[in-house]
Amino acid sequence: MIVRFAEWAGLATPVVAAVLGVYALLIIASVLAHLLQRRSGGAQAELVSRVRSWWVMVTVFTVAVFIYQPLSAVFLALISYLGLKEYFSMIPTRKIDRVVLLIAYLAVPVQFYFAYRGEFGLFMVFIPVWIFLLLPTAMALHGETSGYIRAVGTVSWGLMMTVFTISHMAFLLFAMGPANPIAGGAGLLFFLVFIAQFNDVAQYTWGKRFGKHKITPTVSPKKTWEGFLGGAITSVVVAGLIGPYLTPMDFVWSGLAGGIIAVAGFLGDITESAVKRDLGVKDAGQLIPGHGGVLDRIDSLTYAAPVFTHFFRYFFT
Amino acid sequence: MNDWLRWLFFAGPVRLLVLLVLGLNVRHRERLPAQGPAIIVANHNSHLDTLTLISLMPLSLLPKVRPVAALDYFMKTKLLAWFATRIIGILPIDRQGGGNPLAGPNAALKRGEILVLFPEGSRGEPETLTEFKRGVALLVKENPDVPVIPVFMHGLGKSLPKGTWVIVPFICDIFIGERVAWPGSTKRFMNDLRQAIDGLAAEGHFPPWE
Repeated sequence: MIVRFAEWAGLATPVVAAVLGVYALLIIASVLAHLLQRRSGGAQAELVSRVRSWWVMVTVFTVAVFIYQPLSAVFLALISYLGLKEYFSMIPTRKIDRVVLLIAYLAVPVQFYFAYRGEFGLFMVFIPVWIFLLLPTAMALHGETSGYIRAVGTVSWGLMMTVFTISHMAFLLFAMGPANPIAGGAGLLFFLVFIAQFNDVAQYTWGKRFGKHKITPTVSPKKTWEGFLGGAITSVVVAGLIGPYLTPMDFVWSGLAGGIIAVAGFLGDITESAVKRDLGVKDAGQLIPGHGGVLDRIDSLTYAAPVFTHFFRYFFT
Repeated sequence: MNDWLRWLFFAGPVRLLVLLVLGLNVRHRERLPAQGPAIIVANHNSHLDTLTLISLMPLSLLPKVRPVAALDYFMKTKLLAWFATRIIGILPIDRQGGGNPLAGPNAALKRGEILVLFPEGSRGEPETLTEFKRGVALLVKENPDVPVIPVFMHGLGKSLPKGTWVIVPFICDIFIGERVAWPGSTKRFMNDLRQAIDGLAAEGHFPPWE
């Protein structure tokens, strides 16, 4: 039945099976959350709402990215746009830079178009070369020099963190397919997103249960060595087990990729924490109940997506 | 008002604008009035203020929601006048002409409508609060039982400030306050209202916008 559905949807069978596996995990998570909620007498409402949001996110992501392909580039661009908007809304900005910010927003569809077309060269240089040269020029031509360096730095870094990095997900989906005969670009993207998000949950759970020694007390005081290592090892094992079915990587390479995603995800998480801590805000937004904003959910992917993409592209194409 | 076109306008493009282009962080949404009559009082920074406030209310209440606006500004051209009265559904106030300017709002409250009022009068400098005008107090004095809900909005003046038509996406924060009761005098009411909105503004944490 899975095979027949996969053929009908034009998807690789392993991707369909993997998505069904995620739903199985969600059912387990929901049951666990409700049991905990009942045992604690209602003190786990946050956990319940977080799991409920996972259902929505997994479903939206599955429908938009895997079931209906033409939507997926638009959907991934939308994630970048929402992240960039959260970032621009929480940082200090100058009135004079309104138009500059608009140009930055307009870079989103262009960058995702290059990713969609698989134009590796333009995809790589459009933001870090062309946009990074254009924005400071536009700001200088406006003539306001007070706060100029800070404005150039914050706007550029925001584009890097929310657009350039996340667009690698689209590049993986649309351009790396030929390198993955068993499950195509969708298999690679599923592997990346699943391991990155699974790793978030695994590091959180290990940290909550065994966490003791803080890694970055000033930036993200809840991050501990126990959580980081326990989560990373779990991710390596899970990646090693599912990688051979979704990617051209064998057990060892998949495990290595899982470790890379886990470490990069951790680094993405703490860089976003540093940004928020500098600004004195707890969450970047309120869009996702129990999680915060889009940026709070994709922070690990901002590092994991480019690192995994270039790792895979270097060794497997 | 053109009920159909107005419904389509607020159900379609306005929702899209408010949710996708802007994005809202609404605090204490449950304090919004569930029925009329009521008066929503907010600070004014942008043309988006009215659209955003109306879109906070359920579409089923749309026919009852009326922003109060100055006649002279919106009657400058025929098209603008048509748009303001038929689609936005403003309740025009005549600032210059004779007669009682509160007659319109009074009648609307009697009909059970929800008025949206900006006591600063004009949009002014983006993201700064200016002096409140007393008209709102006179209206509440005549309708002391109608609930007055204070609202503070931040961010819309960054998206679309006075003097431009280019919208730049920013998430905006909206804080709904508790009902401000009629204290018996105009002066005290203005004071209470001002304090309520200043208090809401203090709940937020806003990045500098220079």
